Amino acid sequence: MTLLAVNGLHKSFGGVVAARDVTFTVARGEMLAIIGPNGAGKSTVFNMVGGQLRPDRGQVLLDGQDITHASPQKRFRRGVGRTFQVAQTFLSMSAAENVQMALISCNRQSSGLWTAARERHRDKAVELLSRVGMAEAADTPCSALAYGDVKRVELAIALAGQPKLLLMDEPTAGMAPRERAALMDLTASIAESQGIGVLFTEHDMDVVFGHAARVLVLLRGQIIAAGTPDEVRQDEQVKRAYLGDERALEPPRGVSPA
Amino acid sequence: MDPAFLAVQALSGLSSASSLFITACGLTIVFGVTRIVNFAHGSLYMIGAYTAATLVPRLLELSFGPVTFWAGILASAVIVGLIGVIIEVLLLRRIYGAPELFQLLATFGVVLVVQDLVVQVFGPQDILGPRAPGLRAPVEILGRRFPSYELVLIAAGPIVLGLVWLLLRKTRFGVLVRAATQDRDMVASLGVNQALLFTGTLFLGAFLAGLGGALQIPRVSANTGMDLSIIAEAFVVTVVGGMGSVPGAFLAALIIGQLQAFGILIFPKSTLVVVFLLMAVVLAIRPHGFFGRAEIVGGTHAVGISSRAPLPGRQLILLVVIAVLAAFPLLADAYLLKVATEILIFALFAFSLQLLIGVGGVVSFGHAAFFGLGAYGAALAVKWYGVSMEAALPLGLALAALGACLVGAFVVRLSGIYLAMMTLAAAQILYAVAFQWVDVTGGDNGIVGVWPSSWASGPAPYYLLTAALTVVTVLLLKRIIDAPFGYALRAARDSESRAEAIGLKVRQHRWMAFMIAGAAAGLAGGLYAFSRGSVDPSLLGISTSVDALTMLLLGGIQTVMGPLVGAAALHALRDWIMPLTSLWRLLLGLSIIAMVLIFPRGLVGTVRDWWEARA
Repeated sequence: MTLLAVNGLHKSFGGVVAARDVTFTVARGEMLAIIGPNGAGKSTVFNMVGGQLRPDRGQVLLDGQDITHASPQKRFRRGVGRTFQVAQTFLSMSAAENVQMALISCNRQSSGLWTAARERHRDKAVELLSRVGMAEAADTPCSALAYGDVKRVELAIALAGQPKLLLMDEPTAGMAPRERAALMDLTASIAESQGIGVLFTEHDMDVVFGHAARVLVLLRGQIIAAGTPDEVRQDEQVKRAYLGDERALEPPRGVSPA
Repeated sequence: MDPAFLAVQALSGLSSASSLFITACGLTIVFGVTRIVNFAHGSLYMIGAYTAATLVPRLLELSFGPVTFWAGILASAVIVGLIGVIIEVLLLRRIYGAPELFQLLATFGVVLVVQDLVVQVFGPQDILGPRAPGLRAPVEILGRRFPSYELVLIAAGPIVLGLVWLLLRKTRFGVLVRAATQDRDMVASLGVNQALLFTGTLFLGAFLAGLGGALQIPRVSANTGMDLSIIAEAFVVTVVGGMGSVPGAFLAALIIGQLQAFGILIFPKSTLVVVFLLMAVVLAIRPHGFFGRAEIVGGTHAVGISSRAPLPGRQLILLVVIAVLAAFPLLADAYLLKVATEILIFALFAFSLQLLIGVGGVVSFGHAAFFGLGAYGAALAVKWYGVSMEAALPLGLALAALGACLVGAFVVRLSGIYLAMMTLAAAQILYAVAFQWVDVTGGDNGIVGVWPSSWASGPAPYYLLTAALTVVTVLLLKRIIDAPFGYALRAARDSESRAEAIGLKVRQHRWMAFMIAGAAAGLAGGLYAFSRGSVDPSLLGISTSVDALTMLLLGGIQTVMGPLVGAAALHALRDWIMPLTSLWRLLLGLSIIAMVLIFPRGLVGTVRDWWEARA
């Protein structure tokens, strides 16, 4: 069942066409990866789905509703959660308070002037943290957490809004190889159990081919291939796009590079 | 209207545009490279004027002629350039990575230091410079006499623009300056000697400020008020043109020059208001000026309070504080009570600013606007409608909240340095209105006879009233800081993109914060008006804003209660030291600089860190 439908998205910056007639769908519980060489337009497409960029043409539909021109705030309320390439959390707050803040916003209490924030939704926040394995760090300031842990907290924040769609921009960038697999396994299990569609961009091909159900390949703003990891890996055009790094798309053999 | 008159008016607009551009160009270049908004730029301009007004007559005694005159002007500018180098090496170099609030405050410290030093070096009198040899006779333009020196000034602007353009385009130094303006980190990682580049940039910037000042000497006498008046205009020019853009500064200076020349015909007394309104309109349409770029300006501005476990026994501490405040009239004489009242008022004022800066990360540089609105609101209600204190205080508060609502609507779209400049501009507009609308506000003399109701008059009752209102308001604000609203402000300060992604309406929250902080500052202003019995425009001035910022800094920006301690410390020091010395501004300026450099966590922050390290 279609959760996200992107129809004919187009965006140009001056003379550079960053996205040309980009069309794809994401189903509930499905993990879809967008890959492509640097400058292929991944982030542009991503930010148009996330609400940070306005497309010149085209449509973004979530559950059949048009969200093409909705602000990031509105998208959040419609059920879009997101994580950022460089993890964005509230560094002056504890891990639990970060999640509590998302819950407060979700319950439209962010203008509350009386009951202290740290007393609201505390149990629910700790439960969300435990789902990403961060319950013990609930009272640790985010500024004192290791980067991999911050990424997990960020995932918990994104989940606090009970999203239907999770947008993850290079979810494993800056993480150690072992942490990468763990984070993506976690994401996959949560997405599957709750029927959340996940759209992510990624540079690490192990992560892409290990976790995505389908892969989109962008080149110069256009989708040149789409399909299961195996289909994409065999595609001649894709191989050419990654020319010079022919083995980039091959499945890892023997010991994992780390 | 007479065409000759219009022509002369346009020409004088052009000549003031030239002077303004030469000065503002230095400011914008320095900002582009160092990302520091140099408040002391106006001080350099003033030093240029004083130096030239002193140096050029001596040189002319040796050898009279145009060459000597212009050589003297250039020599003065070079001297100012060298002073700029000294400032860079001693101060700016140490604060490039600091939060922008600290940078603004530190360079304002330099302004204070220079104000006293100029009087020490050049004496308290204004100095009128010599007229330029060969340019003494006016010229006829369409039958009207026009000073020929002004024509030279008109030419000077484009000449400086051309020379700066050549310097930036054709020299290695210029390439580096342009590269650093685009991406400072990239230039640093390419192995460029940054220290030398920055020092050179400061020399260039200070040289231009000095040149701008030195060129003024045949027109206006060098005086001690030059620094703040030119810096306000130079800020407007650089902000309207886009920070870091030289052509933008030129265009903005041209527009502002004409606006001043013709604005004076429409609003004879309020050219300042017209200029700042232009800035408000431009920033409302283009939040980064004509040619500015969207970027995070300055260092990190996310310094502020963070979550801490509640202090054990805080209820007890609060009770003790209230008891001490309540018992104070039993121990103190009338003078001490007066001092304590003012400390409480300023504590409330500083605390209201903490909601914006420490919690919201919104660096407001014009918080005096709301303090002054509260004071004037109360005083005007008393003067014109004869209402009692009980009605006047809420009216002042309401006026301040309304003002904050208006100002906030403009500034919440802005960020970083543009926001700081815009709030400064708002305060300056109100200052100009209070100063120039003599019929209503009493102008420079202000309004007198603002006395409290009989039950609250006398030092002890008024002290108790102030203490009660301050304690209640501070507790309410503290509650708000801990509530979701305060957390939402902090969230937006820590990461705006994350805050938006979890559905927080960042602008709405900041706007609301402006109104709450403005209302609290307005209450403080109203209390201040009744405590002194009068109001005057200085309540709205830059120095009142800086007072509040200094209190925050002194107490500690990262602490909730810091501003209260900072207000007490600053006020007590001022009361104690100011009568002893004529160099109070020098001392205050040096203390601000010292605090930024070696004591950035403030009193409360330092004590707390020491305490935690021990535990």
